[in-house]
Amino acid sequence: MARHEVKSPIPGTFYRKPAPDQPSYKEIGDTVAKGDTLGLVEVMKTYVEVKADSDGTVSGFPIGDAEPVRAGQTIAELD
Amino acid sequence: MSGTIKKLLIANRGEIAVRIIRAARDLGIATVQVYSEADAESRAVQLADEAISIGPPQAAKSYLDVESILAAARKTGADAVHPGYGFLAENAAFADAVAAAGLTFVGPSGDTIRLMGDKAAARAEAKRAGVPTVPGNDGLLGDMDAAVALAEDIGFPVMIKAAAGGGGRGIRVAGDAAEFRTLAPQASAEAKAAFGDGGIYVEKVIGRARHIEVQVLGDGVDVVHFYERECSLQRRRQKVWEEAPSSVLADSLRESLCDAAVALAKAVGYKGAGTVEFLYDDDGGQFYFIEMNTRIQVEHPVTEMICGVDLVAEMIAIAGGRKLRLRQDDIRRRGHAIEVRLNAEDPANNFMPFPGVVEALSIPAGPGVRFDHMLYPGYAIPPFYDSLLGKLIVWAEDRPAALRRLSRALGELEIDGLPTTAPLFQALLESKDLQASAVHTRWLEPWLEQNIDLIKKKEAEPHD
Repeated sequence: MARHEVKSPIPGTFYRKPAPDQPSYKEIGDTVAKGDTLGLVEVMKTYVEVKADSDGTVSGFPIGDAEPVRAGQTIAELD
Repeated sequence: MSGTIKKLLIANRGEIAVRIIRAARDLGIATVQVYSEADAESRAVQLADEAISIGPPQAAKSYLDVESILAAARKTGADAVHPGYGFLAENAAFADAVAAAGLTFVGPSGDTIRLMGDKAAARAEAKRAGVPTVPGNDGLLGDMDAAVALAEDIGFPVMIKAAAGGGGRGIRVAGDAAEFRTLAPQASAEAKAAFGDGGIYVEKVIGRARHIEVQVLGDGVDVVHFYERECSLQRRRQKVWEEAPSSVLADSLRESLCDAAVALAKAVGYKGAGTVEFLYDDDGGQFYFIEMNTRIQVEHPVTEMICGVDLVAEMIAIAGGRKLRLRQDDIRRRGHAIEVRLNAEDPANNFMPFPGVVEALSIPAGPGVRFDHMLYPGYAIPPFYDSLLGKLIVWAEDRPAALRRLSRALGELEIDGLPTTAPLFQALLESKDLQASAVHTRWLEPWLEQNIDLIKKKEAEPHD
């Protein structure tokens, strides 16, 4: 069970990478610090970074890369 | 009237899809609206005779998926495709694929789209047609004395650019000959280091330029124009406010500008609606070709308002095989029109997009007011596409009256549930520069920085 869920503040399309030809911001098992970028949400052609609001270790990304996300939906789980 | 087209598939969404459905219906043509899963509740889907899903929300898997769109056309028996603007509208391969499938593409041929989409080729085509391009040299600079002579010929300030350049690297601006002699070798060295090619060329700096564009309509042989639009109010190179006519053109200059646009369109055998875009240098009184857009544009209604023409209907009829219905002498303009773009963005918060749910909705009406949009109360705006909700267009006998009418119409407009750019326009109407049309393409951004408090005040004001 995840200790903390990071939610998207806005609806749009979720991306785990800064650009298609670049590696993901974080992988499962990576240690993250509060403020680290976990992904991007594209809303109406504007990109908004979603940052970790807690320290932890990534245990899951419930939404795949380039998949739709709703406002308030969990984009990363931290242990 | 409409030629051979019986059933038109609209390969687009949003307000332009609604606009195209209306034009088709006026022509007696049946409509098929394609939609992504995110647009099942859209106004265009509700209005069209038929609607068919073409995939998930992501544009790459729906509105940009050529195979999916062609399959929808086959399944519904559509015989023509209107691409709107954006998405596949200027994709030559799409135009080719539509034609190869035995369908009519509402627009020019793939070859014309390809030619005008290549900036260098379009510039060369414009020069051949006798249309002024931004002054510069066509080849590369060699000997310094000859280069200085050329720069003096063009007139300082000039921009020194790397032929292989991009992203602003290798560009220098020289204000006089002495500066040119210092900066040209630097630009060449930087280009050599960055791109492995030290080739440089020069181009005139157009300081305070207005964006002025000419609407053309061709049937593949003959071409007419519907005068110009001025779109100098831009933020991040996006137009936010458009007018027709431009307030600064003398009639003789207007005539040569429009003639230049027609000459270029004729030279490429243009078919359909198109726009030839120019920069207009206020100081020098000169205009320069920038590019041609081979589609209907967002701001086409201001032209429709002053010329009394339905450009979308005309382009559909031409695609259906009809020849131009209007001769140049038949086309008159009258009065002044202004369009403002209502986006789902918060102008007081750096234009952050906000895809909310439309609550109460009051649409302005009355003489000289038109609102092209895709809204209805309860509509949840999808976050996946651009933020344009609609366009408020006003017409009046002259520009001061059009500005007053815009103010009146904005006062009647109410879109509850989400921030829009409406307060920006309320604030802009108070600008003396804008009232005097003393603007250029780099005017709006500094004005926004200086007037953020005014925009916030307009955002907080209750409606009429």
